[in-house]
Amino acid sequence: MKLKQTAYLFILTCLLLLSSTSRAAVLPDERADAMYHSYDGDEIQVTGPAILIRKNVGASTSVFYQYYEDNITSASIDVRVGGSPYEEFRTENSVGVDYLNGKTTMNLSYTDSSENDYEAGTFSVGISQDFFGDLSTLSMGFSQGTDSVTQRTGNNPTTFSSELSNIKRTNYRVGFSQILTKNSTISLGWETITDEATEQGGSGVTLNNPYRSYSYGTPGVNRFFAREIYPNTRTSNALGIRGSYFVNTFKSAIHYEYRWFQDSWGIQSNSLGLSYVHPVKNWELDFRWRYYTQDKADFYRDMFDFANQFTYMGRDKELSTYTSMAVGISGSYKFAKNGWGWIDKGSVNLSYDLINFEYEDFRAADDTTANPGEEPFFQFEAEVIQATLSIWF
Amino acid sequence: MKRFVLIITTVYIFSGCSSWEPWVKPYERENLSDPIMNVARDPISAGYYHHVFETRESARGAGAVTGGGCGCN
Repeated sequence: MKLKQTAYLFILTCLLLLSSTSRAAVLPDERADAMYHSYDGDEIQVTGPAILIRKNVGASTSVFYQYYEDNITSASIDVRVGGSPYEEFRTENSVGVDYLNGKTTMNLSYTDSSENDYEAGTFSVGISQDFFGDLSTLSMGFSQGTDSVTQRTGNNPTTFSSELSNIKRTNYRVGFSQILTKNSTISLGWETITDEATEQGGSGVTLNNPYRSYSYGTPGVNRFFAREIYPNTRTSNALGIRGSYFVNTFKSAIHYEYRWFQDSWGIQSNSLGLSYVHPVKNWELDFRWRYYTQDKADFYRDMFDFANQFTYMGRDKELSTYTSMAVGISGSYKFAKNGWGWIDKGSVNLSYDLINFEYEDFRAADDTTANPGEEPFFQFEAEVIQATLSIWF
Repeated sequence: MKRFVLIITTVYIFSGCSSWEPWVKPYERENLSDPIMNVARDPISAGYYHHVFETRESARGAGAVTGGGCGCN
């Protein structure tokens, strides 16, 4: 019966796509971007370059390549409590192709992320279709990825354990965009993601970070640490609503977004974002604000009563109850607006964001002036800087 | 059979949609096609911004970017 329903859905989708008329959607711009990025917060510095090149091949195909690099120096709260400061290097390579046929765009991409203790590969496929006189766009996507998790042994960053956990991740996406008026658009997106981890060689590692620990003890007296115990599966659902509005008076734009999230670990979150883009001669100024709040996972506690108290036990701050707020500004200067040689146009962009994280049930266990389990709740601020050069050709 | 009729009806309705008159005409979409109306107009920057939050939050999905890896401990 389920197979029949899937077949009906497939036939319906195909008929929908075939019922389109001939007015074409468009391929993404041909462009090259080079970016330098920097993150600095909670004694973690992450910097590195990134490049993106997108080029058409023929009239209906666009291909892209992206390279991204993280150079990480970390003495974060997790390291200060139970580890040693470390340096790490991560590279990410992505290739992809978009194919346009009438009102239908199909895309295919592969991303490989590599760091010395974590390898991840993700394959994605998607399709989108314009209809209702190009006022509406329906899109669907599917991704599948595999992560291989290992761990540094000792403080030497050149020696690693054998594989501790193998994670399979599957994403299902569906989206719908609608032109509302000649000045506004809105879009809805839904994504379900499932993770399934297989512990390797009795390592005790499933979906948990092998460097992190849960804590147990007696508040005011002592605090001990042991390796976290996570479920080996996780399923999450997210619903996003985004919209844009063109302000005729200033030729500017307002963007807004809301996302609701919940997962099988009991985490629920809401995020809200708002940005305003204002052009001034050759400049474009972008002011943005973002608010995020989340409730903790069912198996999270800052301090458990004793070791192995429950089947699953975690103390990742990302599983705790907290809020974060970000404000940012970007300035983008447009040059060669009328073309220059083989360049159609270009821009230079400088961006700064300040993010504040405030945890409600994750204590700063590195605070040795307070009694164990009675430390103040953790909070930190992070600064994010981006500098980008873009060329259209 | 009911399901079959429902599917045929739905397909018929959607097929007919291509002949509907759009309430925003193509020549009225100048503002919508302005690059500043694209929230991800700088894709490399939008991807990075997404990554910064995704590695520090439990929430995931319904965004614009997919990929693996962390670099977040």
